[in-house]
Amino acid sequence: MEFRSYSSPHLPSQGEVPVIMQRVLLALLPGIACATWYFGWGVLINILLASLTAMAAEAAMLRIRGRQIAATLRDRSALVTGVLLALALPPLAPWWIPVIGSLFGIVVAKQLYGGLGYNPFNPAMAGYVVLLISFPLELTLWPPAGDWPSLPDTLAVVFAGILPAGSSLDALTMATPLDGVRTGLGMEETLSELRDTGLFGLVGGHGWEWINLWFLAGGLALLKLRVIQWHIPVSLLGSLLLASLVFYLLNPEQYTPPQFQLFSGATMLAAFFIATDPVSASTTPRGRLLFGAGIGLLIFVIRTWGGYPDGVAFAVLLMNMAAPVIDHYTQPRVFGHGRRQ
Amino acid sequence: MTTPTGDSKPAGVSGFSRLHRFHGGLVLESYSGMSTTQPVAAAGIPDELVIPLQQHVGEIATPLVQPGDTVLKGQMIAAPQGSVSCPVHASSSGTVTAIEPRPFPHPSGMTLQSIVIATDGRDTWQPADTSLADYRQAAPAELLEHLRNAGIVGLGGAGFPTAVKLANAASHAIDLLLINGVECEPYITCDNMLMQERAGDILEGTRILQHILRPQQVVIAIEDGMPQAEAAMREAVDASQVDNIEVVRVPEIYPSGGERQLIKVLTGREVPSKGFPADVGIVCQNVGTAAAVQQAVLEGRPLVSRIVTVTGRGVRQPRNLEALVGTPFSHLVAACGGYTHDVERLLMGGPMMGFALQNDAVPVIKTTNCILAVSHDEMPPPPPALPCIRCSRCTEVCPADLLPQQLFWYASSGNLDAAQDYNLFDCIECGCCARVCPSHIPLVQYYRHAKTEIWAQEKQKKAADIARRRHEARQERLERIKRERAERLARKKQAVAGKNGQRDTDKQAAIKAALERVKQKKAQTDVAPRNVDNLTPEQQQKIEEVERRRRKPPPAGDS
Repeated sequence: MEFRSYSSPHLPSQGEVPVIMQRVLLALLPGIACATWYFGWGVLINILLASLTAMAAEAAMLRIRGRQIAATLRDRSALVTGVLLALALPPLAPWWIPVIGSLFGIVVAKQLYGGLGYNPFNPAMAGYVVLLISFPLELTLWPPAGDWPSLPDTLAVVFAGILPAGSSLDALTMATPLDGVRTGLGMEETLSELRDTGLFGLVGGHGWEWINLWFLAGGLALLKLRVIQWHIPVSLLGSLLLASLVFYLLNPEQYTPPQFQLFSGATMLAAFFIATDPVSASTTPRGRLLFGAGIGLLIFVIRTWGGYPDGVAFAVLLMNMAAPVIDHYTQPRVFGHGRRQ
Repeated sequence: MTTPTGDSKPAGVSGFSRLHRFHGGLVLESYSGMSTTQPVAAAGIPDELVIPLQQHVGEIATPLVQPGDTVLKGQMIAAPQGSVSCPVHASSSGTVTAIEPRPFPHPSGMTLQSIVIATDGRDTWQPADTSLADYRQAAPAELLEHLRNAGIVGLGGAGFPTAVKLANAASHAIDLLLINGVECEPYITCDNMLMQERAGDILEGTRILQHILRPQQVVIAIEDGMPQAEAAMREAVDASQVDNIEVVRVPEIYPSGGERQLIKVLTGREVPSKGFPADVGIVCQNVGTAAAVQQAVLEGRPLVSRIVTVTGRGVRQPRNLEALVGTPFSHLVAACGGYTHDVERLLMGGPMMGFALQNDAVPVIKTTNCILAVSHDEMPPPPPALPCIRCSRCTEVCPADLLPQQLFWYASSGNLDAAQDYNLFDCIECGCCARVCPSHIPLVQYYRHAKTEIWAQEKQKKAADIARRRHEARQERLERIKRERAERLARKKQAVAGKNGQRDTDKQAAIKAALERVKQKKAQTDVAPRNVDNLTPEQQQKIEEVERRRRKPPPAGDS
């Protein structure tokens, strides 16, 4: 009797890339809901625009590269890129902002390097940084937390640039807590003075602290489901906490408290969803600790002394660059090998 | 359900109350219930036995019989050749009909020189050699010779000649003899059944090994989830009233049946990467090997049969059979009710490290622990592979602490040097990485390919080195002749002119020094192939195939 030949192991492999991506998307939902609650329809419009563009760009590139389109799109990685980018963008940004960001992320940062698995940089963050450098003004268009325009007004602002009657851009938007605090401190104000501006919530930025909390919850679910491992979130948050604590203790009037750093801006999104992108992150256990710690530290440095509204994107990209070197020097000790080789 | 490992539970008493753990591994469903419902039965005598001359690691055995000879069961029909080798015995009585290449259980579907016996059905044993039955009076060397003649190899998997293993261990201080009753893979239950039914034999064999090695301690390791086997072993140990043999239960985490992993679990010691268990004072023997030792010494019977698990959803009545070496797989499957209609793969070994066979016309050999017939639904064909996303689940489960995703990267891109830097040769091919890969990448296949490739390159390099050395020797000889001629000429001149030719000897020294330097440099850059000592027969086979292929067109006149 004849049989078909296979290579070992014969037990089928478990887990699926699409399932992993699906879980990442599901884990983002609570944070997305909360962001919509505080910043309105613009959040959803951004997600829609960015993910549609990402999928279209991915399909087009796959076609040009002569790869399978439907089978590859099904891995949902382009969707994840689009959603992550959208979550970093201001809800009142013009429609072409998410489109350009997504296009760059997918076409240049991902597909030109060979597609899923081959991109050295996080595509969403690469797209974001291109936007941040090219269109800094558009990236400040955040409405005040909890005070957002209606759906028709939002659509008009986003797609036509028409402001609601009797309103101005200044009236419609407001600096984010991170940005406001940075600008305020730059103008020799103290933190106690800044506390009266409505930027602060209970522990972090007003509104943002809740969004961060829900991303934290989603991230913990991913940890529980073993979609991500603990190394990067723990070291990222740990180093951010430590760095901000040291400076806060040195001068509490000049440096924001650690809880503000942890619960403002994109901290939790970065710790659990962005920095944990396995393709562009370090891959050894010790390397991931270093990688996360480096991002946390850079986030603090850029937020504190840099000139940008948040430090996540640059921090992630800088550590992406360092990942191959980190991996090289952090190989685990192999079974049966001496402690030092 | 695959879950990464939890902490080891303490089990047993005294020295082994605290177990250790190795990195990674998987909790796999054992499927042991399928094949353990019935006792072990004899598979019967097939009309024809095909006994391959190499069922072990090492040199192939040389036939002692010729076609037409009648043989008795247990008669040595092929003698070992060289120090690492093993004899082969007739597993039933009958007439030798041929000595020729026959299909052999190997993934390549290769053939191997085999002795074919037409059985007479009487199964007549040759007189038993029980001269060492009172083994306590025997010298270890005598016992080793006896075990070698009995054709005993490690029955756990690799088939390394037991006598050689024990002799190697003799040069080390052995403090622990480890009897491995941890089933290596899911589905396989032959050790489980052996312990249930022949615990006393295992114990006797253990005591013989103990007499040879004189370890301070003996442990019989049994896996969690074999309560009957454990009870039987404990009962046998209690009944014998020896106090330095201990039965220890270890957690069921694949691959804790692997020698290195089991040693780590029990002692926390790690066998050095290129070393052997004896280097850390341990000798490990499978329970089946211990039983074979008992049979050889106390009953005077060589190794002519073994317990084989015939299981999987592709076979109608899975069970364990006592099969004569040389029995065709098809005979065993028939004894288990035949195949089901949806059988798709036939494996020798378990579902993680076993290999697929193209047909069932191959004989049981000494290392055949399991014949696994798998249905389509049980193990569906692998889906197409997706790109690696470096999720590092493979790193989490690798029992060798490797970075499988990096190995894959280098192996698939042909960067073999980098793959070796990442310790490719420490890979035990357990398959844990491929099992958890969300991209369905056949990782182990890539590693095997890279290893074979590297072995081929090493051999090629060796051949090139020999050619180069020959070339250098020739150059040196030509130089010397030239030099000698020059010297003679110089001496003549000197004799004539009375002048000194001191310069020439300086030059000679300079050449010699330069050659020395070149030699040294070459020696430094030579990389010896690693991890080639303890190869499985199929790996050995691959190396030889590669070598043979290369040898075919001899490069003419390149030296």
